This record gives sequence, C-alpha cells and structure tokens, in this order.
Amino acid sequence: MIPELGHYALVLALLVALVQTILPLYGAARGAGRLMAFADHAAFAQFLLLALAFAALMQSYLVSDFTVLNVVENSHSLKPLLYKLAGTWGNHEGSLLLWVLMLGLFGAGVALFGGNLPASLRARVLAIQALIAVGFLAFMLATSNPFLRVFPPPLDGRDLNPLLQDPGLAFHPPLLYLGYVGFSLVFSFAVAALLEGRIDPAWARWVRPWTLIAWTALTAGIALGARWAYYELGWGGWWFWDPVENVSFMPWLAGTALLHCVSVVEKREAFRAWTVLLAILVFSLSLLGTFIVRSGLLTSVHAFAVDPERGVFILALLFIAIGGSLLLFAWRAPALSDGGAFALVSRESGLLLNNLLLSAACGTVLFGTLYPLFLELIADEVVSVGPQFYAKTFVPLSIPLLILLGIGPFLPWKKADLSKVLPRLLLAAVASLAVAVLTAVLLGGGPVMAIVFMGLAAWLVLSSLSELAERLRLFRIPLSDSLARLAGLPRRQWGMTLAHAGLGIAIAGMTASTVWKDERIDTLQPGETIEIAGYALTLTGVERLTGPNYQAEQATLKITSDGSEIGELRPERRFYPVQRMPTTEAAIRITLLGDLYAVLGDTSANPRAGYLVRVYYEPLVAWIWVGTLIMVVGGILAISARQPQRAPAARRASPQPAE
Amino acid sequence: MRPKRKRLYVVLAALLCLGGATALVLAAFDDSLAFFYAPKDLVATPPGPDQAIRLGGLVAVDSVQREGHDVRFKITDHIESVEVAYSGILPDLFREGQGVVVEGKLAPGGLFEAHTVLAKHDENYMPPEVAEALKESGEWRPDDEGSQAQ
Repeated sequence: MIPELGHYALVLALLVALVQTILPLYGAARGAGRLMAFADHAAFAQFLLLALAFAALMQSYLVSDFTVLNVVENSHSLKPLLYKLAGTWGNHEGSLLLWVLMLGLFGAGVALFGGNLPASLRARVLAIQALIAVGFLAFMLATSNPFLRVFPPPLDGRDLNPLLQDPGLAFHPPLLYLGYVGFSLVFSFAVAALLEGRIDPAWARWVRPWTLIAWTALTAGIALGARWAYYELGWGGWWFWDPVENVSFMPWLAGTALLHCVSVVEKREAFRAWTVLLAILVFSLSLLGTFIVRSGLLTSVHAFAVDPERGVFILALLFIAIGGSLLLFAWRAPALSDGGAFALVSRESGLLLNNLLLSAACGTVLFGTLYPLFLELIADEVVSVGPQFYAKTFVPLSIPLLILLGIGPFLPWKKADLSKVLPRLLLAAVASLAVAVLTAVLLGGGPVMAIVFMGLAAWLVLSSLSELAERLRLFRIPLSDSLARLAGLPRRQWGMTLAHAGLGIAIAGMTASTVWKDERIDTLQPGETIEIAGYALTLTGVERLTGPNYQAEQATLKITSDGSEIGELRPERRFYPVQRMPTTEAAIRITLLGDLYAVLGDTSANPRAGYLVRVYYEPLVAWIWVGTLIMVVGGILAISARQPQRAPAARRASPQPAE
Repeated sequence: MRPKRKRLYVVLAALLCLGGATALVLAAFDDSLAFFYAPKDLVATPPGPDQAIRLGGLVAVDSVQREGHDVRFKITDHIESVEVAYSGILPDLFREGQGVVVEGKLAPGGLFEAHTVLAKHDENYMPPEVAEALKESGEWRPDDEGSQAQ
C-alpha cells in the first residue's frame, strides 16, 4: 500500500509541476498577478508530494519490504540501519528521487524566502524549476520507477555493495546532489532573467547565496568522496581522474567561476551575459554528471544502448535543457547590455581572467572525460585517458590561476595600480619562494612541478593572510584596534579568506601525498618487521573476527619509531557472504605530518608463506581534508552573511573582497 | 579604456587561454592515451614498447604463480594468451577464470609488465571491454544470473 502511495504522489507531483510551469509563465507574460502567485502554492504542494514519495521509499527500505524490486536489489534484512536508510538513495531510481526532492526543496525555498523578488521574476524562476522537475519526473515514471513491485517476493534482498557500506559514502551522494540541484536554481534564475530580458544587482544578490550553497555542498561532497576512496579502496590514493570523479569536478570548476563573476554583476553590473551563459553551462555539466554516472554511459557507449529507452530519454532531456537554454541565450542575450566600464588592470579584469582560466581548465577535463566516448562511438576503438593526461593539461593551466588568485583580492574595482599592489604582496611572494626552495633543499630535489606547487600552496595561504592583515591595518594601528576590526570583519570577507587559504592548505596536501608518497610491500611471518619512513611495523598476529554481516581476518601491526612503541595498526580483510565479495579495510594512523597506511593482502593462496602486507607513508595527506574543511567553513560563513543593502554606487570607496 | 579596445583585449585573453589549453591537450595526447587490447590483438599487432596499453581477458586457469609479492599469470581470450608480470597486492576480486583488465606495457620478449590490475568490481560485473572482446572471440557465456554489465 505504501509504495503505491509513493508512486501516486510522484504522478501527482508531475501533474503539479506541469501546471506550475504553464500557468505562471503565462501569467508573467500577461502580467496576471494571481496566475503568477499560483507558482508559490504549487511549489509547496510539489515539495510535499515529493517528500511523501521519498518517505514512502525510505519506509520500504526501513521495514525491508521485499515486495519492492528496488529494495530487493539494494538491501538486505541484516544490513545496519544507517545503510538501510542510505540504501534509499544508493541506487539509480532512489537517487533520482532524491534529486527531484531537492529540486522541490529549492523551489519551495524560493517561494518561502522570495518575498522581495519582483513577482514576475519569482513566477518565472519557479516555472523553470518546475519544468526541470517535469523532465525528471517523466523520466522516472517512464523508465526508472523506484516503486515497482516484484512477485513472488524473495525471502531476502541482494544487499548493498559492501564497498558502499560506509558512513562517508552514505552522505556523499546527497551532498553532491545538493550541489548539482543548487545549480538548477541558478539555472532557473538565468533562464528567467533571459525571459525577463533584464538583469540587475538585485538578481545577482539573489543568485549569489544559492550559488554559494551549491558550491559549498559540492566542495564537501567531492572531499568526502575523495576521503572515501582514500580509506576504502586500499590503494592509498584519493583521486584517480576517473570519469565518475571528473563529472562532479567539472560543475565545481564552472561553479567556482560562476561564484566569482556573479559578484561582478552584483557590484559593477558588468559581465551580465557571460554570467547567464556560465549559469546555463554549470547546470548543463551538473545534468551531464547526474546522468552519466548512473546511466552506464561511462562504462561503455554500448552499455548505454543496452537500455535504449533510458538512453534516448536522457539524450532528449539533455538536448532540450542545454540546447533550449542556449538557443534562448543566443536570442535574448544581446538585450543584456553590459554596464560598468573598467580598466585593463582592475578587479574586473582579474575576475575575468579567473573565469577564462577556470573555463579552460574545465574544458580540458571535459575533453578528457568525453573523448573516449566519442572515439568508441566513431572509430569503435577503446581508449582510456589516464591521470597523466590531466597532469599535463589541467595541472599546468592551474598555475597562472593560482598565482592570480593571490593577487586578485588586492585589486580594487574599476582601476588598479600594479605599482601599488605588488609591493604589498612582496612579503608573501618572498616567503612562498622560500618555502619552495626549502622544500627542494630538505627533500633533496624532487619533480619541478611538485616544488612549484608547494610554493603556490604557500602563496595562497600567505597572500590571503596578507590581505587579511591589510584589512586589519595590522601593525599600522594599535593591536587592540586591529583586533576590533577583526571582530567586525564581514562574514563574506571571512568566507573569501578561508576559501582561498583552505585551497592552499589542500594543495599542499595533494602535492606532497602524490609526489612524496612512499610504499613498501612484503610477506611477513608473525614477529617479522617491515620498515617505512622511519617507522618499523611488526606483525604480532592475525585473528579471525565475525561482524554483523561479514567475516574478517585482522592483522595486528605494532608501530615503533626510534625504538619506542607508538601504536598499533589493525588492517582487515572482510568477506561479505550475501554478495560473495571480499573487501580490504585499511588501517590508518593519521598525523598532521603524514599518514601511516597499512593493507592486509590476500592470504588464502599460500598461508604458510606468511601474510602479504602493504604499507604506505603519505605525507601531509590530512591537509587535504583540513583544507577542504576550511573551504567549506568559509562557504558556510559567506552563505550566512547578511545580504548587503547598499546601492552599488555607495560601495566604490574601498576595495571590496572578491570571492 | 574604450569599449572596442576592451573587447579586443578580452577576446585576445580568451584566445590565449583556449589556445594554451588546446596546445597542452594535443601535447599530452601522444603518450597519455591507453588503448585497449584483447590478447589476440596484442599477438597479431604488437604495439611499440612505450605504448601504454590496457589488456583485458580472463585469467587463465592454473596460470597464477606467486613468489613473495611478485605474481605471474596469463590472460586469455581462449584464442591467444599473454603472460603478465605484476608486483603487489592483487585486487580483492582477482580469481582464476574471472575477467580482469591490466594496465602497463608490453616488454620486447612478449611479457606484459603490468603496473595496475583491475578485477571485476563485484560478482555481476565484468569490465565492458573484456565482455566485448570475449563476444568477439565467441567465448561469451553470460552466467545464470544473466545480469552481467556489458
């Protein structure tokens, strides 16, 4: 009964979304206030219906209702509660439902908080948001209904892939989706602005927080995914340039660009057409990401054709959404005249360059991700684009971007004088150079790129701190006055400083853990020792354990450093009987300087020869998580910032932060 | 700055970024693309020693030899087979008779030196290229569940 209720709610939501698209658009074109106001009520109704559908699916998972096909395929009665819940969205159908639920949530958010938006803009935004929902709901009901029943019901389910039974991964998809869907709202705002034919600073003030929410969620989601790959896959790597990772990274890059140019629209009313185009592109990339991951398109274009109904539907949806909005853009964008003149060297130019570089970097990732698909389709040749490709394209492109990132916040709007700006950065530049040289000397050389990036990491942190010191007038006015300024610093300012400095910290971690990673592998008998990076790990024993839905073999490795014992590592090999699948549980000793990471190999083949043990030393890897966490905190602070009420004309007095 | 002049600079900067990105992509293409081979392709048209390759097929039964952490095994498509050398911990789902993809280079003697071994991700999954290659050689036998990804 409950699954049918959920199904029925989905059908109703589709109907509501259809009406929510048509009436407000018509009303906005005719200036009919009551038709426009209908959008608000419809947005609430739609959200409630979607929440009902989602709750119905979740309930089926909670009680392990094995008459529902989706539950059978992805759950098991013995599975821990958290993963039963997470199972709701851990599959194609359920994840789509979560997607539309968030779409509805954001729509309801606009209806609830959008009181100060012009009525026609609000109606159009909600109508476009509903149009996206129409596409998704039609796709779900036609090809991916999560409420399908199965008869006769099996005794138990097939369980969730054990690799996915992890708390980090349970929250990874919802965060990514929050990001993707957040950009849907920005897209709706962009299309609505094109329909309106005008964009003003108020539009940007509205778009900015939603972009920030999406960006922050996406940052957290990507970091969580990387962290999961790091401790769960047992290779000690955290990013593989896998297409599945790339499709979440591309909206992040484009979204970062969007975040920066929205503030130009807000403050200076320049780059309007470009901002709208970027908003369309970011959402297009999000759509691509959503569909590409679950559709099977990435494993092979042939797999895509196996389910032609889904494939054609997805292509049609992408075509309508991307093609339609770009067409609308080509038609209406000339109406969005650009205001705000600026000089060659200015905050505006800096942000423009930031956008160009981010777009180019995003383009290389897009090319590397899609090229194999095209080649297979056209030439029937199977190729893969590996990390090397990105090391040679994306990485060099990011160098000018990161250098610029340190300078940008010092540039005032309209016109900047480099001869005044650069001396203020001298200290940071010299110190960053010193960090690079020191790295090279201490580690006895190393790849040039790695040393450059350690310097750049220091540059990001130090230039952000210099900018902060500048703002506090540190050492130029009494310290207590500086502290008072610190307390009064706008949250938006904090957001920028933290995001930039956090990125620097994360880059240091990424560089060090990739380049100076150490790896040892050996077959150990109990009592034998393996040495790495100044640590000695002694195998003291291996025992058998039984978990709730798995059996495990657990090794104990005693860690000694300089003759004194400092701890233990207990890597495991688990076997999940339901899915007949073994997994590796790495044991990690985390410190700020570097992680000690141990994996127990397959022992069943030759038990007498000893236990295969692989250990890694990953310097500074924790900095990645600390750095991204700081970025997320920065994002949250900026979201919570009070919206500026002043007119743009009043804000030219002092240099303003760029985000 | 006059608007016309400004537009010129913007276009120049955009072209520079685009051109730079394109140049980097083209330069990276030569040696960072890995082509997929089935054993019979590898034997029929051996690639150069520096070419990065992905080789896929089934792990031949009774071919796995371990010596410490050095492993040797054969990958077969039941037409030809290629000997593979690998050093390290094999993935959890590596088994004889199962589908596998290895990444590495073909040494002059015909030995494939693998730096990465990828096994099936779960019981129902076979690397798509492997399934494709097996179909071509007529060795495609979907198991009872009939749910293998392709």
